[in-house]
Amino acid sequence: MSALAGVRVIELAREPIAFAGKLLADMGADVILVEPPAGDPARAYPPFLEDLPGPDRSLWWWHYHTSKRGVVIDLDAPEGRERVKALVAGADVLLESEPTGRLAALGLDYDDLKAARPELIFVSVTPFGRGSANAAAPVTDLTVLAGGGPAWSCGYDDHALPPVRGGGNQGFHTACHFAVMSALTALIWRASSGEGQFIDVSMHGASNVTTEAGSYSWLVARQTVQRQTGRHAQVIMTQETQMRCKDGRWVNTGVPPRAPGEFGAILGWLRELGLAESFDDAVFLEIGAAMEKPITYDLIGVDAEATAIFSAGREALALIAENVTAYDFFVGFQRRGIAVGPIYAPEEAFEDEHFVARGFQTEVTHDDLGRAFRYPGAPYKLPASPWRICRRAPKLGEHDAEVLSGLELPSGRRPP
Amino acid sequence: MTEAGPGPTRAPTPPGALAGIRVCDFCGQLAGAGATKWLAAFGAEVIRIEDPVRQGRWDILRGIGPFVDERRGLELGGGYNNHNTEKLGVTLNLRTERGRAMLAELIAQSDVVTENFAAGVLERWGFGWERLRAIRSDIIYVSNCGFGHVGPYRSFKTWGPIVQAVSGLTFASGLPDRPPAGWGYSYMDHTGGYYMAMAIMLALIHRRRTGEGQWVDLACTEAALTLAGPALLDWTVNGRPSRREGQPHSNRSPSPPMAPHGIYPCAGEDAWVAIACRGDDDWARLAAVIGEGWTGEAAFASRAARLANEDALDARLADWTAGLAKFEVQRRLRAAGVPCSAVQTPGERVDDDPDTRDLWPTATHTAIGAVRVDGIPVRFEKTPWRIERGAPCLGEHNEAVFGRLLGLSPAEVARLAEEGVI
Repeated sequence: MSALAGVRVIELAREPIAFAGKLLADMGADVILVEPPAGDPARAYPPFLEDLPGPDRSLWWWHYHTSKRGVVIDLDAPEGRERVKALVAGADVLLESEPTGRLAALGLDYDDLKAARPELIFVSVTPFGRGSANAAAPVTDLTVLAGGGPAWSCGYDDHALPPVRGGGNQGFHTACHFAVMSALTALIWRASSGEGQFIDVSMHGASNVTTEAGSYSWLVARQTVQRQTGRHAQVIMTQETQMRCKDGRWVNTGVPPRAPGEFGAILGWLRELGLAESFDDAVFLEIGAAMEKPITYDLIGVDAEATAIFSAGREALALIAENVTAYDFFVGFQRRGIAVGPIYAPEEAFEDEHFVARGFQTEVTHDDLGRAFRYPGAPYKLPASPWRICRRAPKLGEHDAEVLSGLELPSGRRPP
Repeated sequence: MTEAGPGPTRAPTPPGALAGIRVCDFCGQLAGAGATKWLAAFGAEVIRIEDPVRQGRWDILRGIGPFVDERRGLELGGGYNNHNTEKLGVTLNLRTERGRAMLAELIAQSDVVTENFAAGVLERWGFGWERLRAIRSDIIYVSNCGFGHVGPYRSFKTWGPIVQAVSGLTFASGLPDRPPAGWGYSYMDHTGGYYMAMAIMLALIHRRRTGEGQWVDLACTEAALTLAGPALLDWTVNGRPSRREGQPHSNRSPSPPMAPHGIYPCAGEDAWVAIACRGDDDWARLAAVIGEGWTGEAAFASRAARLANEDALDARLADWTAGLAKFEVQRRLRAAGVPCSAVQTPGERVDDDPDTRDLWPTATHTAIGAVRVDGIPVRFEKTPWRIERGAPCLGEHNEAVFGRLLGLSPAEVARLAEEGVI
């Protein structure tokens, strides 16, 4: 049985909240996606099936609206608003990211709906939170990440280059993660109290608390972190952690080796590769391997021997990188107990044997096309209540008949 | 809410949304601790269990900066305090038979067991899934590690940056013909924690309906891979890889298609502003603010044209922004209805930004004192979150927790400490 079976969610289609609806839908909630008659603009987002645009061919749309049912309702028409109210009367959660003031003007805000449906959990996801003086300012994923802190911490050592937006719409994703955590929290409370409530999620706030030391270095010590190529932004500049391997691919070398076992493992691999003879600092790896305890950070740059051992470890990683592929570097060091990783493109991770073996690739049937496609799978494995894509993304108005035809409108009229 | 033992006096507030849920929590760092921070802020009783022999050093954040003053030590780490607010702290030496027996008693009274060790660590201590559910048949166990507990790489270890590298997040962040810029922090420690919190609550909802517990195997790399959906479908459906000429270029936006779309230099040191035009209307508004002849050139007249001439467009726009202060650009473009934001420094967004006013609660830590921490970017009408108490010191709540839940007297707790059990 799905964890959220029987939970009905009304999602008023908008790009920033699409992922929140998907997370709930793929866990079994009955998510009704409400689009305007012209369709949601995101139906026109590339890439497209076979690169041919069309309202049902956007792969963006396919991904973000799995497991949902779709209906068309015109909120600008009185009858459309009646239909939304009728849908809400049977709903547990309403997800919205409408422009500020729009729902109130339409008579569809929380205060308009709660009397008829006190159990409703109303999740509002807005750029700066309800009531902000900036509520009317439009945002995109880029501007959310720029104002909210992540961009300040991402980029290159060379600060003549601009800060970088982390790819993949993560500003909106982060807001969606908070929207889903909020909805689940409110569902748990409702199970004991019987009451719904209003929840105000700020996209800007969500990014602000998703910057790790960016925020708390300032909160605690009034220190400002600086962006650095491919590694943690810190108050001071640190050494590179990305290395390029023999095949031109990059790896992340993680935390530099400090423990005796790590130095021993590095030396062992250098010998296997026939590189130990030509590595001048091999002696320091030997000394490091014979230490009783790991080198502590406070000794580096202070104690000559500890510094030499630490440097030898880093240089040995670089030498090995020059001589093996990124994949071999990854597996070779991980099998020796040292945490490193290849910098995969997303599709390379998707095809990697580990994720294949875990069943991450998920086949979704597109009955209309007579084909099935591989989709990304579960973010978590709940064996008793599994994640599942129960249907492809809806076509415009695909479920109008089954969802809307039986609705009791508040006015008592039946829909035509 | 729980009786907290010694600590600041607590103002009466409405019961938390998650009051009554008890979590036996081995989580640390951020990937795990972040998950249980959410639960604790909403009133769950999160009992953080640490190893007295290693003084909790498994969590490397315990003793590292930032620090509020010149003091240093295992109780003073700013990150540790940030991620562990509102939790109770106890110590248990699981090398001892009594320590293991006490843990079993705690688990028997808990709803959830959480950990983010490397795969297999909890099992080696004798508390794998079979044992956990033998102790309590409806227990929820959520493990969170880089590659998960199943699969060829299950023994491999990760940190946030490794998770981001393996999952494609690092690759997808950068400028063309340069090394990956990646994420300048452990985005996936934060986000892995969010998925862990969701998993815990999903399992609680399932248990409430069915009476059934379960073991949730969360692999942080897998959660990360779900964040690249459109790129993955472009690969599986169209066969187009994201490793291709000119990519990544993550300050631009091919989907949804927007141009201009980038981060541009402003007057001042390391000062930048982000500008995005969603369509021709935004462009017309931006052009009106700029008020220079080049904005009327045919090369920039339509979105398709601007996307085709984006390098030239970016150069022109950068020339314009470079003469202005970043908040001046933000003010003018927001007033015109164009999406725009200064790239804010930590100090600007924490201290000067009215939209984060309620986001940094002050938590009181027994050793550190009062310090501001990350809050929760969400307002609940009826069951607000609460963050007042800082992270626990090592074993700070031994007497309170072992007294209340295991029925031990203060003298017995003292003796267990002397014997090295706690």
